[in-house]
Amino acid sequence: METTTVLVNGQRREVRTEPDTALLYVLRNHLGLPGTRFGCGLGLCGACFVLIDGRPAYSCDTPLWAVEGKQVTTVEGLGTPDRPHPVARAIIAGQAAQCGYCTSGLVVTAAALLAENDHPTEAEVRTALDRNLCRCGAHNRIVRAVLAAAAAELRAGPAAES
Amino acid sequence: MTAAPETTATLPPSLLANPRLGDWLRIRPDGLVEVRSGKVEIGQGVLTALAQVVAEELDVKFDRVRMTAAVTGTSPDEGYTAGSLSVQHSGAALRVVGAEARSIYLATAAELLHTRADLLTVHDGLISAPDGRCTSYWALAQDALLDRSATGRVEPKSATAYQVVGTSAPRLDLPDKLTARPRFIHDLAPAGRCFGRIVRPPARGATLTALDTGPTRALPGVLTVVRDGNFLGVVAEREEVAVRAAARLRADATWTRQPTLPDEHDLPRFLTTAPAETSVLAESGAPPAPTAVARSVTATYHRPYLAHASMGPSSATALLTDPDDPRLEVWTHSQGVYLLRRELARALDLAEDRITVRHVEGPGCYGHNGADDVALDAALLALAAPGRPVQVVWSRPDELGWAPFGPAAVVRIAAEVDDAGAVLSWRHEIWGNGHVTRPGIVNSVGLLAATHRAGGAPIAAAAEPPLTHGGGAGRNSVPGYDFPAYQVVNHRLLTMPLRTSALRSLGAFVNVFAAESFLDELAEAAGRDPIEYRLAQLADPRARAVVTAAAQRSGWPHPTDDSVGHGFGYARYKNTGAYCAVVAEVEATHEVRVRRLTIAVDAGLVINPDGAENQIEGGAIQATSWALTEQVRFDRFTVTSDTWESYPILRFSQVPAVDVELLPDNGNPSLGVGETAQGPTVAAIANAVYDAVGVRVRTLPLTPDQIVAAMPD
Repeated sequence: METTTVLVNGQRREVRTEPDTALLYVLRNHLGLPGTRFGCGLGLCGACFVLIDGRPAYSCDTPLWAVEGKQVTTVEGLGTPDRPHPVARAIIAGQAAQCGYCTSGLVVTAAALLAENDHPTEAEVRTALDRNLCRCGAHNRIVRAVLAAAAAELRAGPAAES
Repeated sequence: MTAAPETTATLPPSLLANPRLGDWLRIRPDGLVEVRSGKVEIGQGVLTALAQVVAEELDVKFDRVRMTAAVTGTSPDEGYTAGSLSVQHSGAALRVVGAEARSIYLATAAELLHTRADLLTVHDGLISAPDGRCTSYWALAQDALLDRSATGRVEPKSATAYQVVGTSAPRLDLPDKLTARPRFIHDLAPAGRCFGRIVRPPARGATLTALDTGPTRALPGVLTVVRDGNFLGVVAEREEVAVRAAARLRADATWTRQPTLPDEHDLPRFLTTAPAETSVLAESGAPPAPTAVARSVTATYHRPYLAHASMGPSSATALLTDPDDPRLEVWTHSQGVYLLRRELARALDLAEDRITVRHVEGPGCYGHNGADDVALDAALLALAAPGRPVQVVWSRPDELGWAPFGPAAVVRIAAEVDDAGAVLSWRHEIWGNGHVTRPGIVNSVGLLAATHRAGGAPIAAAAEPPLTHGGGAGRNSVPGYDFPAYQVVNHRLLTMPLRTSALRSLGAFVNVFAAESFLDELAEAAGRDPIEYRLAQLADPRARAVVTAAAQRSGWPHPTDDSVGHGFGYARYKNTGAYCAVVAEVEATHEVRVRRLTIAVDAGLVINPDGAENQIEGGAIQATSWALTEQVRFDRFTVTSDTWESYPILRFSQVPAVDVELLPDNGNPSLGVGETAQGPTVAAIANAVYDAVGVRVRTLPLTPDQIVAAMPD
């Protein structure tokens, strides 16, 4: 075991574990951030997506040593319980989920998309979400929610971005 | 609300089994209503719908209702949350409970206010007399008031008075799940939690011959290693250590393995030649006069094994509190807490009252998955780590490889038709494993680890539930059309090389695929439009209404277009449930792409229209995935489709647009919608593929390879 310092959701955190431990377990168990979810452990389903320096990355197969000195943002860091990220709000408003297990990863992916492209087309949203799997068949509602979130943010204007 | 005569009192089955009102409902002084259902949230939104039913009958605002997760000992026992019956069963019970509780509280209020109960009004729990004096449920709240049995003598509200039922109330559980509040079974973190992992055998028929536990035990943070016959597990302080320890233990285990699985590439032959018990499930009418028969037609269809493939692997946490006076706490996402408790008691030789099983929400559940199995895994590890809650999460390969599968099957349909193509006789024959090996249904302990432990018995081949209970392999095998004569025969396999059990819609998926494909073949041979052909043999007005609604909404008939096709599928789920018709639009070039599904459903009284549409839409998309890409792969030893690469499911850019129309209920009672779209969707897609490319594909999934294989020589 070693002590590693990580920067998660803007905070420096110290973690005692082996450096090759998957970031996912560090987030969920060591740092008490259960929003990031285990789906496959192989980087194939997107349930565990977090942002590393702003880009979606599979936390289930990212070793802890690989994020030293980088900024990790989890779904918890994208909003607060009272004011979740606009995509999360749009998913709730549009009832765009069934079991909800895949939604954290989807919010992370969609947040990264909207940060780069604030008015994506439906096809662009689908392509961006293709690395996230959903088994319940909530896909179309989720796509509509992402588009609705983008539209709402545009209406709110650039001031709302800060 | 009127008192009905005592002699006519009838109670819904769930309430007959659990008659005490206070077991279902509690009015709290703090202005909340606590509701216990025996049904559980499995991602389908049922708790929200049930909360609506209670709010409606009590005349309280929806947000006052708190749904309590099922737990053995205090929740009503309603068996499994399965078969699209939760609204029908638990909803019916809670409707009566709510009405009776309201009546009891009104009687109490009437006494207090010195007036007659029938003069009182209730508004969000506030009870008012005509003269303006008032009290409330919350002021009167007393558990003793509901410490009595339901009588069935209070008439629930008339549907015309509904204000909450029939509205799209938002899901109660979604805000937590979208704001990262711990709510899933995987998020449970009781004090002292440690982590377990299971090491499964490398093959279905494998025996552990040598094991060196030394290197695993030597890993820092490993608490213990459990071996019981061919069951192997580790317990560790931290999850990452458990994962590494399991890999170490796997590497240090030596197994012998035997081939026990059939040839995947010749699966239909295995299914039709393996030892089977043959039974006639249903028959009606006399064979037609030979002179009336213009043609006899036969076709054979095949579906592969399918995986549940939930996004979250199965998980459970178990805690043995005191080895000298053993009490076991189990947290599970099982579909039936009482049935799981009974099975755990059998497996562990513990009295049932020493085990408490609590439901915690899990990832989407589409049938009998690994949720029950992992509970025994966790319990076995907990026995080796007394005083510590042990959380077990299955690996993705175990989830895709070891959970029960929806069974592969062959269906052969033969029909005799008259000059105009109308069916005179119909014979539907099924070969395959049964669909129900749930705990409590099979004789042996129906949990995976029990089959691997020393002296463990294999789970016997799945049985066939009677058609009066919806059937298993036979589900939707009885024609839903008005054919003069039919016979349904089931060949239930007596060996079960891969464990099969209930997966969303059970046999309806392949039976409707086969029957509705075959009807299209008959219609085409007769030169008739497939919808006109169906309607000519379909008298039930509700069936006709969904068929017509889907056809009209999709703009049927569709002009033929190069590589684009349309297809139709219809069924009434279980022949007694919701009616569903689907029109599929597909584009078939180098692969099949489903562009749009237009769906009409008659589910009677819909408690939550948006929730129902969500379920139908989700079911249709999942069925599209099954139809186009899914197939469990295996060699002679074990399942090989154990990652998302080898078991692909539909992705966002492949998902069709889905348009759902719910038909008016016309006063008909609620029918569950969770499974109604599975059969009609696959049939509509297969028929659309034929329309697009002129090739009749009778083997699922509808991959380019299968289309090429189905091309005439």
